Amino acid sequence: MSYPLVSNVYAEDIAQEPIRAGFGRGLKNLGETNKNVVALCADLTDSTQMSLFKEAFPERFIEMGIAEQNLVTVAAGLARASKIPFTSSYAAFSPGRNWEQIRTTIALNDQPVKIIGSHAGVSVGPDGATHQMLEDIALMRVLPNMIVIAPGDSVEAEKATKAIAENDKPSYLRLAREKTPIFSTPDSPFEIGKAYVLREGYDISLLGTGTMTYQLLFAAHLLETQGIHAEVVHVPTVKPLDEATILASVRKTGRVITAEEAQIAAGFGGAIAELLGEKLPTPQLRIGMNDHFGESGTPNELLEKFELTARQIAPKIQQFIDAVPRYHQGF
Amino acid sequence: MTITQLQQKAADVRRDILTMLEAAGSGHSAGPLDLADIITTLYFDIMNIDPKKPEWPERDIFILSNGHTVPVQYAVMAERGYFDVSELTTLRKLGSRLQGHPERKKLPGLETTSGPLGCGLSQGAGYAYSLQYLDNARHRWVYVVTGDGELNEGNIWEAAMFAGKYKLSQLIVFIDRNNIQIDGPTDEVMPLEDLRGKWEAFGWHVQEIDGHNIESVIDAASMARAISNKPSVIISHTIPGKGVDFMEYDYHWHGYGKSPADYTRALTKLRTLNGKITSGDIS
Repeated sequence: MSYPLVSNVYAEDIAQEPIRAGFGRGLKNLGETNKNVVALCADLTDSTQMSLFKEAFPERFIEMGIAEQNLVTVAAGLARASKIPFTSSYAAFSPGRNWEQIRTTIALNDQPVKIIGSHAGVSVGPDGATHQMLEDIALMRVLPNMIVIAPGDSVEAEKATKAIAENDKPSYLRLAREKTPIFSTPDSPFEIGKAYVLREGYDISLLGTGTMTYQLLFAAHLLETQGIHAEVVHVPTVKPLDEATILASVRKTGRVITAEEAQIAAGFGGAIAELLGEKLPTPQLRIGMNDHFGESGTPNELLEKFELTARQIAPKIQQFIDAVPRYHQGF
Repeated sequence: MTITQLQQKAADVRRDILTMLEAAGSGHSAGPLDLADIITTLYFDIMNIDPKKPEWPERDIFILSNGHTVPVQYAVMAERGYFDVSELTTLRKLGSRLQGHPERKKLPGLETTSGPLGCGLSQGAGYAYSLQYLDNARHRWVYVVTGDGELNEGNIWEAAMFAGKYKLSQLIVFIDRNNIQIDGPTDEVMPLEDLRGKWEAFGWHVQEIDGHNIESVIDAASMARAISNKPSVIISHTIPGKGVDFMEYDYHWHGYGKSPADYTRALTKLRTLNGKITSGDIS
């Protein structure tokens, strides 16, 4: 069954919404269905969209103040008391500042705390490099027991919020601040640990996570007129990876490009390189932030500067296909 | 148990600790020894627990925030019947449930995983918040033990502010005020005083006791439970290495001695409040 995309997925008038908005709705819905869900925030309740839950369930909302170390460790204590705690802050501060607390009291302690890192990536914009978290995928995916998810749009973020609450593992949900095109539909599947082929092709596998999936999808659309048939695979769960889906695509295409709004070193591209290096060595190009920080600017200016837009990615795909022979077929 | 019986049990725990350290070949000495009276009293008198049902939903909660002192918790748990005393000598060995720092998933009865300092207090605060505001379980208590050197950590004061704000009156903290940390006396490494004033300023009810006086430990815990609008901290003045004369007051014994032979010797020096006793095998 093919993945349901919105009908106007390549149109200029595609609906857009911040990914974090889907989290806000999802958490509020969870509040209604699961009395054990509690929400903790470090003085960023509106920004992280926890305000919807706070308004509906004030008795289950805990204001933590600007104290991210305490945010996650209090949550670990609540989890021991059989609650399902969601913590939210900017990703730069949680897990940026409190990583050791997460490692010891949540990951090693294996408590089902749900860590929500909002405002990840350079598209945070004018706040600049201090607030543009780029290393969170790397930090979180190396932790045993931790699930790492970067939803592709707000509709998927809502489903992911529900899914991590129903899973008894520590989880990290990576959210973005700016409006992002909504490519998925309410009927599109989401399951932790699954990757989805959004568009079939045979010339190259384009693997995206978070906000970059739509850019890859649009780049593939642009390249079709030039006779390039790219396969686009959306990988919302960075850990655990859906190895079967990824390997099947790469085995078919013989080339791979990854894209993320994060450091490519040890991030999503790194995770794919590890997988392919061991199981299916394949030429790979990693698109993302390459060993540098962001800066102030509008979100669109920054995505342009760091060459993360579909129109900038499309020629890179073309060059990569021209330069790299197809692997696997004929091996 | 009578006070005398609790004192004897604490002496048994000190013997267990030394035997464990002798067998392990590494670990911390001073803190576990000086906490023996407080933690023995918690497990044998103060806390409502059932060693045969470590997940009993009505139990009180114990969190050792300074996880490096865990030999004393293991010894007390074994003496209390959570597991057999003979397992104590597996401390720090491959495959043991008694990890060098406590791990919840390894040993039933441990409420959390700790060791990196400063984060046990906030976990206790999270649990106490749940009891007070979410579960309406006002008959259960959360007891946390912290070190004094541990109070250097920022996370402690974040938790102190949080517990003060929410008036977590079911949270009771014992500070092991033994005045030493690895690099030396606490007041040389990073001065803590005015310690009482700091906690009071954060909205806590503060008591100060002799941490080796079991009657004082019991009375202070009772008083703390009676305070219904504030979290409680009990600054417990202790003697590092308590019970072994050549270890007492010497910060060099925060960690391990030169060899297991130090602990063989310590066993022969072990003192009770009534004077010297002869050590026996741990079994």
